[in-house]
Amino acid sequence: MDDPNRREFIGTVVTTALASVLAPGTARADAASPHSPPGAPPPTLTPPPDIPVALTVNGTTVRLTLDPRTTLLDALRESMHLTGSKKGCDHGQCGACTVHLNGRRVLACLTLAVMAQDQPVTTIEGLARGDTLHPMQQAFIDRDGLQCGYCTPGQIMSAVALLNEPCGPADDDVRECMSGNICRCGAYPNIVAAVQDVRTATARG
Amino acid sequence: MIGDPVSRVDGRLKVTGAARYSAEWPIDNLAYGVIVQSTVAKGMITAFDTEHARSSPGVVAVYTADNAPALPDKGRAAMKPPAGRELSLLQDRAVRYNGEPIGLVVAEKFEQATHAASLVRAQYESHTPLIDMQSALPSAYPYKPNINGSFPPATQRGDLAAGLAAADARIDATFTAPIETHNSMEPHNTIAQWDGDQLTLYDSTQFVYGVKRFIAKIFGIPEANVRVISHFTGGAFGSKGAPWSHVVLAAMAARALNRPVKVVLTRKQMFGLVGARPHTVQHLKLGARKDGTLTAMEHRSISSTSSFEEWVEPVTLATRLMYACSNQQTAHELVRLDVGTPTFNRGPGESSGIFALESAMDELAVKLAMDPIELRLRNYAERDPESGLEWSSKSLRQCYSLGAERFGWSRRRAEPRSVRDGDAFVGIGMSSATYPARRAPASALARLMPDGMIVVQAATHELGTGTYTIMTQIAADALGVPIERVRFELGDTRLPENPISAGSLTAQSTGTAVHLAAVALHDKIAAMRGDVTTIVSARDLVTRGGGQPIEARADAKPGDEQKAFSMHSFGAIFAEVRVDASLGTVKLSRMLGAYGVGRILNPKTARSQMIGGMIYGLGMTLTEDTLLDARTGRYLNADLAEYLVPVNADIPEIDVMFMDERDPQTNPLGTKGIGEIGCVGVTAAIANAVYNATGVRVRDLPITLDKILGHTSFAD
Ligand code: FES
Ligand code: FES
Repeated sequence: MDDPNRREFIGTVVTTALASVLAPGTARADAASPHSPPGAPPPTLTPPPDIPVALTVNGTTVRLTLDPRTTLLDALRESMHLTGSKKGCDHGQCGACTVHLNGRRVLACLTLAVMAQDQPVTTIEGLARGDTLHPMQQAFIDRDGLQCGYCTPGQIMSAVALLNEPCGPADDDVRECMSGNICRCGAYPNIVAAVQDVRTATARG
Repeated sequence: MIGDPVSRVDGRLKVTGAARYSAEWPIDNLAYGVIVQSTVAKGMITAFDTEHARSSPGVVAVYTADNAPALPDKGRAAMKPPAGRELSLLQDRAVRYNGEPIGLVVAEKFEQATHAASLVRAQYESHTPLIDMQSALPSAYPYKPNINGSFPPATQRGDLAAGLAAADARIDATFTAPIETHNSMEPHNTIAQWDGDQLTLYDSTQFVYGVKRFIAKIFGIPEANVRVISHFTGGAFGSKGAPWSHVVLAAMAARALNRPVKVVLTRKQMFGLVGARPHTVQHLKLGARKDGTLTAMEHRSISSTSSFEEWVEPVTLATRLMYACSNQQTAHELVRLDVGTPTFNRGPGESSGIFALESAMDELAVKLAMDPIELRLRNYAERDPESGLEWSSKSLRQCYSLGAERFGWSRRRAEPRSVRDGDAFVGIGMSSATYPARRAPASALARLMPDGMIVVQAATHELGTGTYTIMTQIAADALGVPIERVRFELGDTRLPENPISAGSLTAQSTGTAVHLAAVALHDKIAAMRGDVTTIVSARDLVTRGGGQPIEARADAKPGDEQKAFSMHSFGAIFAEVRVDASLGTVKLSRMLGAYGVGRILNPKTARSQMIGGMIYGLGMTLTEDTLLDARTGRYLNADLAEYLVPVNADIPEIDVMFMDERDPQTNPLGTKGIGEIGCVGVTAAIANAVYNATGVRVRDLPITLDKILGHTSFAD
C-alpha cells in the first residue's frame, strides 16, 4: 500500500515543480486536473499574450508573433510552413521532429520556439545545397532507408548530427546512436547501412 | 524496369521534407480542432461544463452532444461491418470506452485549442466497465457472420474426435496475445474544407474512395460533392483503412464554422480511437501419428471486440489451408469489452493465428522428436485442403529448404539449453507463413502529355509500400520508356477509382490496371504509327494529333480464375535468439525470411517491405502490449516511451530471400502482393527459438523476461 504521507509529499513536489516552470500567471494551474473527479471545476489559468519571436532557420531570420507556449516544431510547421520536420508524438519520444540547433540535434517538440531564438536552426529543408543532396540524404535513397518517409527527416537530421558525435564505429554503435528515432515501417537495417556508407566515405574522403 | 532494384521515385521528396502529408497542406484561415475525451469507460454524460473552454482566448467553438450539428440517422448512416465504424460523433451522451471523443474544441491556434480542450468538464453517471480479457472469457459467444464478408466463421471437415483418438501424440495448448496498437509514425489527421456544398478532405488514409463514400453517407450529401486527397500517408498498417471519428468531426466543424478545420490526433489519442489488433485467446489441439502425419487439428479463437461493434480477428483462416489434414474444426468467438473497436492490423488474422499454430507444431515436433521442418513437410498441402482447389502457385517447399540452408538450420541442436555463448543461451526456431493473394477491381488512366511525359493516374495510396515506384516501373515497362519519362499520380478521388491499399491488394489490383492502361496506350500509339521512345518523338506525336493528350483507360477486374485456384503467398521464417541466462532477456540476433510471394516488381523496395513486416512482428513478439487499467479502462501506456515499438538497437541483421515465382493465375503481372506476409510467422519463429534456447515455452505474448525467469525449466 502507498504511504499517504509519501503520496502527499510527491503531490506537493510535482505541483511546485510545475508551478515553477510555468510562465507567470499560471501559478494556479492545478497539477492534478487530468485526474480531478468528474465535475470538478477546471483550473483557472490565463494564457499569456502573444510575444514576438525571431527565429533563424536555414540561414533566414523570420520574425513571428507567437503564443509563448508554441514549440519550435509547431512554429516551423504551422507558422513557417516548413513541414519537413514531423510531429510523431509531441513528447520527445520518437525523434520525428529532430532538427539541429547550433549544429546539435534537438527535439523540436521539446524546445519552445522562444528558446531557439538567437541560435541557428537547421531543418531537413536546409540540408541540401541547391539541387545537390547532402550525402546522408543520398545514402538514404540509395540504401532505401525509408518507407512511408514520415520518420525520415528526423532520422536524417539525427544521422547527420551523429557524424560529429563520439559514436563508435560498429553497426551496433550506430544502432544505439540512432535509437532515439523510431521508424514504425521498420527501415532500421537500411538506415544503419546508409549511415555507415556516409561515415566510411567521410573517413576516406 | 519491372524486376529492377530501382530506388524510390519519391525518395527525393521524402529525404528533403518536400513530400506533403495531409496535415501539411497550406490552407488559408485554418482553424485547429482538438478532441476532448471521456474520462470514464462506461456510462452516460449527465452534464457538460464548457463555459471555461468557450471563454478561453482564441476559441472559436466548443462542440459537445449539447450543441453539435445533428447528422442524418444520428451519424449511423454509414455504419457497415466489418470494421463497422460506429463512430463517436457527438450525437448522443453515451460513453462506451475511456478516451472516447465527447467533444471538439476549435480555436485560432493549436495551442489555444489544446489548452481549451483541457478546460471542458463532463459529469457522468458511470458504470463498472468490463476491461480484463481473462475475466471476460466466460461471456464469449460464437461469431456468426461471414468473416470479411466471404469466409465462414466456423469450419469442419472429417471427424475431429476420431482423428484425435487415432493420434499417437497430442498437443492441447492455449495461446494468448494482448491488444496491439498500430502506432503509425504519422498520427491520424484530416483537414476539412467546404466550398459551398463541396467538401475537400486532406486525409491520412489507405482508401480515398472509401472515405469519400463514407463521408457522403454520414452527411447525407451526394458523393460527387466530396473530394479526398492523400498524396502521402505516414504509415497506416490497417489503422487508416476507414475513417474514424476525427474525420467526421473535422468536416462537421468546418461546415458549421464555414472555415477550414484541421484535426490531428495526439499520440495518446491513437490508443483506442483508431483501432488495434484485439486480444486473442487461442485454443489449439493437434493430433499426429508417430511418423508426424497430422490426424486432427482444432483451432478455436476468442478475440475481443468493443461493446458496440462486432469486429473479429480472422485468426483461424490460415489453419484451414496450411496442412493436409482431413480432420479439422475451426471457430471464432468474441467477447465484448468496454474498449474501442479493434480493426485490421498488419497480417490481420494470420499474424495471430500462425503464432498459435506454428508454436503448437513446434511442440508437436518436440513430442515426436522430429525435426520441425520435417514435420511440416510430412504434412505439406499439395492442394488447398479446405477447398480442394489447386494452388495458383506455391514455393513453400523451396522456402523451407533454401531458407534452412542459408540460415544454417542443420547446425541446430534439438535439445534446449544445449548452446551457450557467454551469458546467453542461444536457440533457433522457425515458422511457416502464409497470406492470401487477393485482387479487387481497379482502374487507371495513362496519358501521353504534350510535353512528352507519360502521366499515369490511379486513386491508390503511398503508405511506404513503394506504390509510386512500382506503378512507375509497371507503366514504363509496358510503354518501353525509361522510368524518368513516367509520372505516376495517386491519392485523389478525381483520379480513377481503386481499392483500399490493404490486405496486400495494391500491387495485384492497381498494378494490373496500370499495366493494362499502359499497354492500351502503347497500342494506341502503335496504331498511330507513333514513337514515344524519345521525348522529342513523343511531343511530335501529340502535336500531330492536335495537341491534346493521347490517353487510354483500363478497368481491370479479377475473373473466373479466382474461383478455379486457391491463391496464397507462403514463406518460412527463421530466427536466432540469445536469452540471458541470469536475466531472462531475449535478444533477437538473426532472422531470415524466405518467401514465395509471386513476381517481385522491385527487389529493393520489396526487401524493405519484408524487413519492415518482420520488425513489426518482432514488436508483437517481444515488446508490444497495450495496457488497460481494469478498473477504469484507461490506457496506461498510451505513448511511445511506454508502449514499446522496436527501435534500431533491437534490430539485428535481417535477411530476405524471394523464391523465383511468377504466378500464372493471379493477374497478368504474376504478382501476389507482399505487404502483409512479412509480419506473419515471426512470432512463432522467435517463440520457438526461445524454447530451443531455454526449454521455456512461452504461449503468452509478448515474450518478456518475467515469463522466462519465473519458469521452472529456466532455473540455472
Ligand atoms: S515529435 Fe518530437 S520526439 Fe516525437
Ligand atoms: S519510414 Fe515510415 S516510419 Fe520510418
